[in-house]
Amino acid sequence: MSKIRVVIAKPGLDGHDRGAKVIARALRDAGMEVIYTGLRQTPLQIVSAAIQEDADVIGLSILSGAHNHICPEVMRLLKEKGLDDVMVVVGGIIPDLDVTRLAEVGIHGVFRPGTSMQEIIDYITSHVRSRAETV
Amino acid sequence: MKTPAPEAATGSARSEEEAPDPAPGKSGEREASFTTISGRPIDRLYTRQSLAGWDEARDLGEPGQFPYTRGIHPTGYRGKPWTMRQFSGFGTPEETNLRYKHLLAAGGTGLSVAFDLPTLMGRDPDHELSRGEVGKCGVSIASLADMETLFDGISLADITTSMTINSPAPMLFAMYLVVAEQQGADWRTISGTIQNDILKEFIAQKEYIYPPRPSMRLITDVFGFSAAQVPKWNTISVSGYHIREAGATALQELAFTLRDGVEYVQYGVDAGLDVDQFVPRISFFFNAHSDFFEELAKYRAARKIWAHVMRDRFGAKSERSWKLRFHTQTAGVSLTAQQPYNNVVRVALQALSAVLGGTQSLHTNSLDEALALPTAEAATLALRTQQIIAHESGVAHAVDPLGGSFFLEKLTLDMEKGALDYFDTIDRMGGMVAAIERGFPQREIADSAYRYQQAVERKEKIVVGVNRFVEQGDRGVPILSIDEAAAARQIERLHALRRDRDHGRVRTALDDLKRAAEGTANTMTPLVEAARAYATVGEMCDALRDVWGEYEEQPMI
Repeated sequence: MSKIRVVIAKPGLDGHDRGAKVIARALRDAGMEVIYTGLRQTPLQIVSAAIQEDADVIGLSILSGAHNHICPEVMRLLKEKGLDDVMVVVGGIIPDLDVTRLAEVGIHGVFRPGTSMQEIIDYITSHVRSRAETV
Repeated sequence: MKTPAPEAATGSARSEEEAPDPAPGKSGEREASFTTISGRPIDRLYTRQSLAGWDEARDLGEPGQFPYTRGIHPTGYRGKPWTMRQFSGFGTPEETNLRYKHLLAAGGTGLSVAFDLPTLMGRDPDHELSRGEVGKCGVSIASLADMETLFDGISLADITTSMTINSPAPMLFAMYLVVAEQQGADWRTISGTIQNDILKEFIAQKEYIYPPRPSMRLITDVFGFSAAQVPKWNTISVSGYHIREAGATALQELAFTLRDGVEYVQYGVDAGLDVDQFVPRISFFFNAHSDFFEELAKYRAARKIWAHVMRDRFGAKSERSWKLRFHTQTAGVSLTAQQPYNNVVRVALQALSAVLGGTQSLHTNSLDEALALPTAEAATLALRTQQIIAHESGVAHAVDPLGGSFFLEKLTLDMEKGALDYFDTIDRMGGMVAAIERGFPQREIADSAYRYQQAVERKEKIVVGVNRFVEQGDRGVPILSIDEAAAARQIERLHALRRDRDHGRVRTALDDLKRAAEGTANTMTPLVEAARAYATVGEMCDALRDVWGEYEEQPMI
């Protein structure tokens, strides 16, 4: 089976990238192919990166409180480009109430402070539908 | 390039044979080795023998005297207690103004402004990139009009204000000065701080706009302007806080922050400023993390290193240049979303280390900050934590009460040595700007962050409620939610401002600003005029973007 391909992205104006970088390394060390977009990516740039990299998973790192604006936009663009099967997960500071809201727009998993790297690796490995297999 | 594993190299080299043996051998201990949260090995016992080469007069000295290991004041907190300065800001200027009045009424003794991300990045609220971010992480300040509202009913002559702003620091400083002027406060007597520390933005927090070299020019412009016109203002707060939050060890926080300080002084000197004119207005900002003694050693070593560097490397003559003054904030990164009430205890211990380390001012985090910005109740409890330390614990009665502890003095010596080793490495690269351009501190920090996370996963480092003593079904806490209408209100107000102001005056001020940036004139003068003309933060920052362009970092994991 080919490697799981993950795009890790930092949308919005925030520059706190510790979480994004730590999880990118952890996924890479777990055998995944990881592409880190760098900072301040718009939803369109993130979706374009996912297309270009043939990603199975998009991981969004958001700590600024802008998740209710960014996540629906990323999901809308994915749908528009016919990439409904890409799994989108979010890590960051997300209040309880918003976890439900994000699930409603199609975000697959939300990981909050204190989540272990192994938990995220296991979640992705067991839930991802490899695009290589479905094509 | 890597420095020779500073944590390990400066760690204990004492062998078991030399050590007195209070326990029945290694087998009696519950761990194979004990380390600080930064991974520095800790011996079983520290004695006089641990301090080989340590000289009490030279290394410890007296409080208020060179090298200030024991603090910069001979009387410690017996003269003046630390300033309880709670960082705060959210939503519109009106909402934040109310929170400030609440904090001052509750006994806070200084203000500290948290700006939202559009302001921090020099974008107006109606800019495309500001969508979803206006008023979220802090207060939205787009122009002088917002600054007037923010300090409405608060006398700037009687209070000191710290503003956490970096790339657009000169713009917000200019607006603050104009509000002070409107209130009739004298620029020569008002005081406060702007963070204005761009190097740690490139290293850690990543809120930069312009490339490093023009960014440094803006900072030296602030140094020069303030020395002449706002002499009591702290023109920069050289910050280790964000470096630590990004994953640095205590030693890396210390080393990179002080080396940043050296870089600013060097740029000031190169710009023709007199060391003793501007260095006394440089202040520092450290993190108070959870490893109690390691943090104490960090603050004490910081004072000692700075005193030596200023006197010996830069030839500063004034004692005021030698004294390192610092603000401290407890470690946001140590807060857990799980069992959030545990955070109150973490914050109290961290705050205690800052106080025993001799901080000049302190912010204590709120218990709910791993979830959202703090509620007024949580912020009040955080302030009460400081008041209990100040008025009930008795720790502020004697100066440097832990000074002379074998353990603490050994840690302090090792911190100093480790930091100076990093200085050598960075000097060899050609200074901090050059080191940043090749990604050195960024890589060191990312490596430490990953190592720490791995240690947590392996349960070598315990986080209560996260990887031990876990409870199912956490008790929730009330959460502050930011009114989504704040953004709409700010945009509406901005559009009204753009309609009503004197357009010719704005245009002239922005043209003058560009001309200053292209040449060598001090940019602060046209910025103050632009603020008076109600030019927006976005317009001022764009004028300089036109001249200097924007910085983009190479993504690296």
